Amino acid sequence: MARLRLATVWLGGCSGCHMSFLDMDEYLIDLAEIAEVVFSPLVDSKQYPEGVDVVLVEGAVCNVEHLEMIRRVRANSRILISFGDCAVTGNVSAIRNVQGGALPVLERAYVELSDPSGGIPSPSDIVPKLLDRVLPVHAVVKVDTFLPGCPPSGPMIRTALEKVLTGEPIDLMEHHLSFGGYGRPKGSEHLPASPSSSQSHS
Amino acid sequence: MELEDLIALTEAESSQHAEIEIRVCTAAGCLSSGSRSLISALEHAVEDRGLGDRVGLREVGCMRLCCEGPLVSVNTSTSDGTRVPTLYGKVDAAQAPDIVTSVEQGRKSAEALHSIDPNGPFFAHQKSVVLEHCGIVEPERIESSIALGAYRSLHRALHDLSPAEVVEQVTRSGLRGRGGAGYPTGLKWATVAKMPPGQKYVVCNADEGDPGAFMDRSILESDPHRVLEGMAIAAHAIGANQGYIYVRGEYPIAISRLDTAIRQAKRFGLLGSGIFDSTFNFRVDLRIGAGAFVCGEETALIHSIEGLRGTPHPRPPYPAESGLWGHPTLINNVETYANIPVILREGADWFAQIGTEQSKGTKVFALAGKIRRSGLVEVPMGVPLREIVERIGGGSPEGSSVKAVQTGGPSGGCIPAELLDTPVEYESLKALGSIMGSGGMVVMDQDDDMVGVARYFMNFCMDESCGKCVPCRAGTVQMHRLLDRIERGEASHDDLVTLEDLCDLVQHASLCGLGQSAPNPVLSTLRFFRHEYESRLIEFSGPPSSAVSSDPR
Amino acid sequence: MAVKTLSVDGQLISAREGQTLLEAAREAGISIPTLCHLDGLNAVGACRLCLVEANGRLLPSCLTPVAEEMDVQTQTDRLQRYRKQIVELLFAERNHVCSVCVANGNCELQSLAMRLGVDHLRYEPQEPECEVDLSHERYGLDHNRCVLCTRCVRVCDEIEGAHTWDVAGRGTHCRVITDLHQPWGDASTCTSCGKCVMACPTGALFHRGSSVSENVHDRETLHALILAREEKQWLV
Repeated sequence: MARLRLATVWLGGCSGCHMSFLDMDEYLIDLAEIAEVVFSPLVDSKQYPEGVDVVLVEGAVCNVEHLEMIRRVRANSRILISFGDCAVTGNVSAIRNVQGGALPVLERAYVELSDPSGGIPSPSDIVPKLLDRVLPVHAVVKVDTFLPGCPPSGPMIRTALEKVLTGEPIDLMEHHLSFGGYGRPKGSEHLPASPSSSQSHS
Repeated sequence: MELEDLIALTEAESSQHAEIEIRVCTAAGCLSSGSRSLISALEHAVEDRGLGDRVGLREVGCMRLCCEGPLVSVNTSTSDGTRVPTLYGKVDAAQAPDIVTSVEQGRKSAEALHSIDPNGPFFAHQKSVVLEHCGIVEPERIESSIALGAYRSLHRALHDLSPAEVVEQVTRSGLRGRGGAGYPTGLKWATVAKMPPGQKYVVCNADEGDPGAFMDRSILESDPHRVLEGMAIAAHAIGANQGYIYVRGEYPIAISRLDTAIRQAKRFGLLGSGIFDSTFNFRVDLRIGAGAFVCGEETALIHSIEGLRGTPHPRPPYPAESGLWGHPTLINNVETYANIPVILREGADWFAQIGTEQSKGTKVFALAGKIRRSGLVEVPMGVPLREIVERIGGGSPEGSSVKAVQTGGPSGGCIPAELLDTPVEYESLKALGSIMGSGGMVVMDQDDDMVGVARYFMNFCMDESCGKCVPCRAGTVQMHRLLDRIERGEASHDDLVTLEDLCDLVQHASLCGLGQSAPNPVLSTLRFFRHEYESRLIEFSGPPSSAVSSDPR
Repeated sequence: MAVKTLSVDGQLISAREGQTLLEAAREAGISIPTLCHLDGLNAVGACRLCLVEANGRLLPSCLTPVAEEMDVQTQTDRLQRYRKQIVELLFAERNHVCSVCVANGNCELQSLAMRLGVDHLRYEPQEPECEVDLSHERYGLDHNRCVLCTRCVRVCDEIEGAHTWDVAGRGTHCRVITDLHQPWGDASTCTSCGKCVMACPTGALFHRGSSVSENVHDRETLHALILAREEKQWLV
């Protein structure tokens, strides 16, 4: 049986979701048995390949490079998982949207708050152009599965991957997984309590 | 005030009739097209010719053919005592001398003037019940109303009918609420009347807020005493001693005329204590709305009169059980009250034979849009829409064709041209996904974009949502955005699905009628003009161009 | 006290006359989601999450009195669909960034989303510009996180009796305000009792100085106060 072609992509996020991916610990070894990581910020590959089975996309779409990237990812992947809150809702990356565009944000960062007062970096090919509005992944391409959490915990990612591969839906309630939450799969109560583990009020 | 006094006033009024009566419309439409300066010019012209004793200048209300304003009607007594009216439209102040010259010389019409046939199709196909005195009575003079029979029905109700008999008459007439929902008026009255004795209120809803609707405004500006009399009869029937008229603040002329009418009626003892020497007391106060569409919703209107924020509350309890300050309250619309004096005068059976099985009487419509003749129209219920649009309104102007008729404002829908033979009744319009509504009727032609129409109304509902419940407050915003994207050709099929799902939510889960009916314009345009939506859809392609930065950085 | 027997989700339950459907269902262990409802405050039926199908009609269970032989459905597909849409609309209406919110892990909107299976938003975020009022020495107000449930308005009016809070504006521009739209710190009617903070379901009202996930609403204290009033337990 051919190994699954797995990819992970990092757009406008803090890489926390990728850190969580590494938190799967020894399961990574099991995962390597069934899947081959064909593209990831964690491995040395420059070009997103074709024929990817499953891709985890971390982060929101913030600039033109992200825009191109996510379109290439969508075109070459069978199952696209929106991975973590930034990808799912825009989250922290999208806080800048209330400023009303890229220019006011750049001015705030490079002029108003810099010391000594600088200037907005001149256009170059090095830094991609910002979008006026930060977008969640599903606002740009079709998403197959959403995995909210900030970040989803390692065991949670494992559970989700297992479910996605068998085509099952992810039950948020069952895993205590929510926006801003960490989540933990059922039967892993020995794990350290997460910020969102408080009982839901009714 | 006694019946004899009413009769004496009537006689005094008719003895004052001048040989030549010139009536000028002073309803809002004609005022805005210059009838105020026209009146001054006519006064000067009459004075210059020394015709003061022969010519009487009357400031009246709406003469209905609003698109031809300012309207002037000249009545000349012929030798056999009959009066032949001549109607002029679009009269300029500069033409005042021409009018006076023509009446002085006894000519039928002045050449330079644009005369209108008062028996033309616009007028001939109407039936006047509510508007019977509009354009004849002088709204600022109670004597002129009394001379035309105002307050006779109230006298009869107080002296010859018990409250229960009045309710019975209204019930038998089959009158249904003219505010749009069509609830049987008699049933509503009976409910309030059956509540235990104590403080009760009568409220007139004159917060007419639908875009393109001006029926209630015209009635209030043209014949305010008819509404006051209807309210007084209602108060007698249900046992109330206090009434409120809630008028929207955007109707300053209606407000000032109502204020005048209330003061005059008080002075004549027709409102206040011991009316017509009976034990019946009834006081009416005006309450001015501050520009919120939702305050036309009865529970929000009650909050507003109480001095609270105008937000609706869930029913039950209905105002009939617990309304103003927790007391039983009867709320009807202007046109509903305006029907009452006629029902008592002519009898319930007379009224019930107008209209159809389910919808009795007449309905006043404000006809506007892409049509030759626009204005105020009163027709018996059950006439086909085509009758109103094509015969009365004269169809679309040269080079265009009727595409749809929008009824019921933001809560209504668009009826396509191929269904113009639909009779105008509560149920038949509802079956088409529209509503009778308060009576706004906007005709649209081939240039009107139905998605744009839906977006316009959604924008209206979004702005007018009170913000209390989530589906309406946030749902209308999202529906508006989706409609905007569809209109700009940036939406996908998924967006249309999302829009239809939102329509379902907002229609069923909103707290009050404003939210529940907000999706109607979308649903009805989707139902009859779905291709206009679908032809604009594109493949899902990510963010609209507006999301991408336009500046070099 | 007459007893009414009704069917909720196919289960026969008895309720006391005068109880609402919500109360009766909860006593029978049937959970109906709510957001604007708070025990002890007058119900307003504004969030529409507690809509149920009673005898085929959609009614807010927080305001509907029980009736004999009522047939109530609380979990139909249609209701679940509506509830999910409502929560998504709320998330899209203001700027809810759970991961950096003082109420993260202690928020009813967040819990509702999880419970109803909201894993993303179908709707475009409105991203309104919202103020943060930090003029009060002890409490803060962040409009970015307000869901306009009006619990603060009602608890201040009905329990504290100050009526400091109200709502201004309309539609999506509604904002909770203090006094006549003054900064909270200048609101002379405010007694700084903190009941509004206890009542708030999200992180819109919070204790100053609390960081992410640190704000505690302390609803138990509020319920104890309300209960004491209802039961007239003034002497401890």
